Amino acid sequence: MTEDLLKVEGLKAYYQMNYFGVEREVRAVDDITMTIRKNEIYGIAGESSSGKTSFIKVLAAAIRPPMRIVAGSVKYDFKNGPIDVATATPAQIEAVRWRHLSYIMQGSMSVLNPVRRIGRTFEDFARRPLGLSGEAYRARVLNHLERLKLPADVLNAYPHELSGGMRQRVTIGLATVCHPEFVIADEPTTALDVVVQKEVLGLIREIQQDMGSSVVFVTHDMTVHANMADRVGIIYAGRLVEEGPTRQMFFAPKHPYTAHLVASLPRIGDTAQRPALEGRPPSLASPPSGCRFHPRCPLAIDKCKTDVPPLIQVANDHRSACWRWQDVEPLVVPQRHEVMA
Amino acid sequence: MHGYLWFIAKRALQMLAVIFCAISATFLVTHLSPIDPVEQVLGRLSSRANLSPEAIASTRAALSDLFGTGAPLHEQYVNFWLRLVRGDFGPSLMAFPTPAMDIVARAMPWTLGLLVSATLITFVIGNLLGALAGYNQNNRFFKLFGIIAMGIQPIPYYVVAFILLIIFGFLWPVLPISGGFAMDVTPGYNWPFISSVLQHAILPTLSVVIVGFGGWFIGMRALVSNVVNDDYVTYAELAGVDKSTIVGGYVIRNAMVPQLTALALALGGVFSGTVITEQVFNYPGLGSLLIDAVNYGDYSLVLAVSTVSITAVAVAIFTVDLLHPLLDPRVKAE
Amino acid sequence: MFAVFRDLVRYNAEFTIGLVLVVIIVAFSAASFFSPVDPSLIYMTIPDQPPSAQYWFGTNSRGQDMFWHLAAAFKNSLIFGLTVAVLSRIISIAVGLTSGYLGGWVDRVLMFINDIFVSVPIFPILVLFYFVLRNNMDSFTLALIMAGFGWPFDARLIRSVAVGLKHREFTRHAVFAGMSTPKVLLEEHLPYVMPIVFATFMNNMLWSIGLEVTLAVLGFTNINQPTIGTVLYWANSHSAMVVGTWWWIVIPVILIVMTFLGLFLLAVSMNEYIDPRSRLRRMGA
Repeated sequence: MTEDLLKVEGLKAYYQMNYFGVEREVRAVDDITMTIRKNEIYGIAGESSSGKTSFIKVLAAAIRPPMRIVAGSVKYDFKNGPIDVATATPAQIEAVRWRHLSYIMQGSMSVLNPVRRIGRTFEDFARRPLGLSGEAYRARVLNHLERLKLPADVLNAYPHELSGGMRQRVTIGLATVCHPEFVIADEPTTALDVVVQKEVLGLIREIQQDMGSSVVFVTHDMTVHANMADRVGIIYAGRLVEEGPTRQMFFAPKHPYTAHLVASLPRIGDTAQRPALEGRPPSLASPPSGCRFHPRCPLAIDKCKTDVPPLIQVANDHRSACWRWQDVEPLVVPQRHEVMA
Repeated sequence: MHGYLWFIAKRALQMLAVIFCAISATFLVTHLSPIDPVEQVLGRLSSRANLSPEAIASTRAALSDLFGTGAPLHEQYVNFWLRLVRGDFGPSLMAFPTPAMDIVARAMPWTLGLLVSATLITFVIGNLLGALAGYNQNNRFFKLFGIIAMGIQPIPYYVVAFILLIIFGFLWPVLPISGGFAMDVTPGYNWPFISSVLQHAILPTLSVVIVGFGGWFIGMRALVSNVVNDDYVTYAELAGVDKSTIVGGYVIRNAMVPQLTALALALGGVFSGTVITEQVFNYPGLGSLLIDAVNYGDYSLVLAVSTVSITAVAVAIFTVDLLHPLLDPRVKAE
Repeated sequence: MFAVFRDLVRYNAEFTIGLVLVVIIVAFSAASFFSPVDPSLIYMTIPDQPPSAQYWFGTNSRGQDMFWHLAAAFKNSLIFGLTVAVLSRIISIAVGLTSGYLGGWVDRVLMFINDIFVSVPIFPILVLFYFVLRNNMDSFTLALIMAGFGWPFDARLIRSVAVGLKHREFTRHAVFAGMSTPKVLLEEHLPYVMPIVFATFMNNMLWSIGLEVTLAVLGFTNINQPTIGTVLYWANSHSAMVVGTWWWIVIPVILIVMTFLGLFLLAVSMNEYIDPRSRLRRMGA
């Protein structure tokens, strides 16, 4: 059994807004408990506005008002000591940032300062946490760029002069140049075309294995999860509804929502109509009672409308929050070659 | 580099078009006049005693080229431009027979000095404080500043200059309120003169700075509070990048790009403002000159001041635009 | 529209203060319609009386009751500002919508002209007009000239919105349905830019009234017509501050500051209401 690097317990994070006098509370993260182990890639899936981005922002200690943590803990066990980013002071968080905990933000076009050369940005980000000076620093950065298959002269370029794929590799480079123990990536490949996407994913994997760090990444794209993740967690309406090893999640999902997500994977030569999920994701401001998925669930029974299903162990290393998990059948069985993990 | 050249060429063309159109407009405006300026001026001149016939003849030639009499319109227009490009506006009526251009040249340094220093001070202070206010949105000190800036910003130049005049002229007379330098100093590179010039410049500069400050402050605060929410700033903050680097290199640096464009656009307005300021404080610059010339009915001088100021503003705008690619590398790529 | 207004009054202090100030000034200038005296006449009362129960704002050295005189002056200045704002809005809407919708060379030519107008220093030009027209320069002529220079900023703003509207679904529907271009612009696009038009309306009034004050103070307008600027002109020429008739200067200045602050606050708060980014910030605050 490998060690845990991150333990999340009973985490609740809400947006509290006041717009022209109207108070609104959005429960973006509503009672999530999970762990992430050393040296693993954990994929988080879910529809847009399901709270998945909010969740990893909490993990990255990147939340700012109007969102705030209402309850729970986010405990990391870094080499320089344990830290709970839900309660840590800004100075304590500062101490682990980039060196131990780093973050790849969504949207490679907008995360790089448009009026600064890449080299300067690298200096801003990495100089201090690396604690290297002059030649040693330069060698480290160049070495890292080479690993990312980036030419050394990107350092002299401005962001707008690079292609989308190169920019994404630069942001990955920025986030990993200090060899952090824990990397959080938000939709790292969304805006890229398929070929570049594959390349970037390969790179993340390679670097993760090189550094032996843990990677948590979020995407709504199940294909990416199938190719990348060791374990996958599914978030629906601010809650973790199922998590397990990638293979099990794809071949034997134990939550109807997961079954639906897996079934919606496109595949070559498949002309069968797939059942579409009815309805829209619920509003996080006023979520349905009971199991939040029940209004759209084909298996829903009366109990689902009133009682919240707990996240329980359904198989080895596999948890699901569904009253009828035993009745969940995979809608379409994925072909073997599609799931590498 | 090609993009930059193209950018400069386009801006230069625009500058020439501005100068051309504005000066052509002055030609047209002066031709709207129901009275014949040439005879009017000559009539006024001859009512004074002892003017040499040559001087009167040269005035007649200059005025009929500039304002035209008899000749067809297009010919007048060509003559008008020929005079203009030589900088020859004929003799001034107010200080006959000194050429109008000489008088303008004498007033020019005062206005330039006032304009450049006031604009720079306003721009730097307004933007710096605005940026800090935008970055520290909940700071009480900056909030107070914002309210003051908001209150002052819409007040016309004239009113502000006048309030300063009242305060420093009557209530607390510590600063000179009139003229460019004291009567008892000799102009030249000597300390009494320079210090007198500086003292006399304080109130005029201050009035331009006070009026202009609010606009830059409010504009920059708005820009910064948007830039602060941009991804690259958030990301740099998450990465634990130095606060000072973030404020300087990320926030201000990006918010400056639109502010530079605004500076170019504001220059015309700043010039209008200095005209008032100079008048209120009796400052010996182009503004006072323009107003005196209008009151005296000095056609040559009015035209000379208008032409020079239009050209100067256009050139200044062009210069500011040239700085644009230095601040924003994306301009080159366009 | 009414709901927006109510929300603004309720939750936006700037808007409320601005509205109160503007309403006070408008009410004050409307009082001039009931003026017992003709404000352009002089030596109608005892000169140089300080504010009292009989003369609320005092009287000036020209024997005018300042209350009624100022009411007329503010009425004239507000009407002047409105005229300039309406005329220049028409130009900026026409140029902005056409430029944004048609695009291509029409857009480039219009924006080139636009940029020229933006960078011409208007003050020397106005002085030149006065210099040439002298007493033929009435306030409507001045309003026309200023309107001719007051449109380019806002035309560019409207254009940027119109460019976005052009690619929207409803525009395509309208075009396929055979709507003519002017009809598309007036019936489909105009409503979208109206908020900008309103917000810039206030700014434009500020600008034109301010310029009028400046010109009038220097004596470069028809000084016999009472306006905010000419009040100051006469106060100046009678050295009001020096001879001690302070109310001749101080009261108009207070009213001017109220007017400008009121219009400015309205413009700012409406701008903020329109700008979606500041709405987001409001949610975050």
